[in-house]
Amino acid sequence: MTNETPLWEVFIRPRNGLAHRHCGSLHAADAEMALQAARDVYTRRGEGTSIWVVPSAEITASDPKDKDALFEPTADKIYRHPTFYDIPDDVGHM
Amino acid sequence: MYSQGLIGAQTSTEEDEAFLARFQERIDAEEKIEPTDDMPEGYRRTLIRQIGQHAHSEIVGMLPEGNWITRAPTLRRKAALLAKVQDEGGHGLYLYSAAETLGVTREQMSEELLAGKAKYSSIFNYPTLTWADIGAIGWLVDGAAIMNQIPLCRCSYGPYARAMIRVCKEESFHQRQGYEIMMTLARGTDAQKEMAQDALDRWWWPSLMMFGPHDGDSVHGDQSAKWKIKRFTNDELRQKFVNATVPQAEFIGLKVPDPECRWNEEKQGYDIGPIDWDEFWRVVKGNGPMNRERLEARRKAHEEGAWVREAANAYAAKRKARKQAAKIAAE
Repeated sequence: MTNETPLWEVFIRPRNGLAHRHCGSLHAADAEMALQAARDVYTRRGEGTSIWVVPSAEITASDPKDKDALFEPTADKIYRHPTFYDIPDDVGHM
Repeated sequence: MYSQGLIGAQTSTEEDEAFLARFQERIDAEEKIEPTDDMPEGYRRTLIRQIGQHAHSEIVGMLPEGNWITRAPTLRRKAALLAKVQDEGGHGLYLYSAAETLGVTREQMSEELLAGKAKYSSIFNYPTLTWADIGAIGWLVDGAAIMNQIPLCRCSYGPYARAMIRVCKEESFHQRQGYEIMMTLARGTDAQKEMAQDALDRWWWPSLMMFGPHDGDSVHGDQSAKWKIKRFTNDELRQKFVNATVPQAEFIGLKVPDPECRWNEEKQGYDIGPIDWDEFWRVVKGNGPMNRERLEARRKAHEEGAWVREAANAYAAKRKARKQAAKIAAE
């Protein structure tokens, strides 16, 4: 299996000041070739101002099965939101 | 509080004129500077200092409020305060990460804080004596922090600006929960109203000091403004805060403790009396009411947490060794 060309995840910064966003993946023999390939595959129409490539094998992802355990508990914590607090309209924006 | 991050900052820089001019062009064109971009050493140093102090302020800022979690008067208040303190911890972490993109390590920053070399906002060196102080902190201290942080969302350094956007979004409830506490007390019994007024009396001036020295006395403001790290001067931000806050106090029947505070029709803002800068410098230099106790609490937490960090590393090493052994056995 060692002859397979490694997989890379590609992140593009769409505009000045924004964070890089994941946009897809591609195969390349090393990081430099992955960058060149990402430029050709993902930025042909001015989609980006900067590219990151990360070996896919290096990414640790949460298990979709754990979705509820991980994220459901925030649903009942409404006191984390500004609208939970009663501030009279007369006070103005706060 | 984040203007205080510039106190003592070394903005001087040694690059040649052409390099600095090119950099300034990028800044003037509102281009964001990103971690791998070339930047003047002075710019890097200033940001490491400011973001580091900002992060330390979030972390030390958990202490005065943490003091009241177990004694919050209702479950509703307790849940809100827990959520707020948890947010401050998270904000500290976003900020440490932003500083780390500039080439400083988390360990270096923690060490500097624990050694008393790095500063944090002077406001957290005051004690939280009553429950009303929790209201005053949310309303005034977070209110002042928001005034500072909103323009930082447009700071020229990308990772700092992006961290600030996240922080501001999450923080929008902090000030409201504080004001709600103050309003409830101010509308309560005489004793409760008195407690609210007392908290306002003690926190008002230290909150105004959070914006840092007057513009005339602030040495590093100019370079920071030129590099678009800072978008407004200390006095401009302080004035905005006063203008927003004085009517909020009046609305709930409280009075800011400043006999000279009055509306100035001509400048469309409030005039205020003199700030006690001797007190400010005393606190910044380590001699406020709680400086020693705050650092002691951080040191204790760091020391008592050492075994957790060691155990996590030992466990990770063990797991890695097991995985490797299993892999070898399989081959």
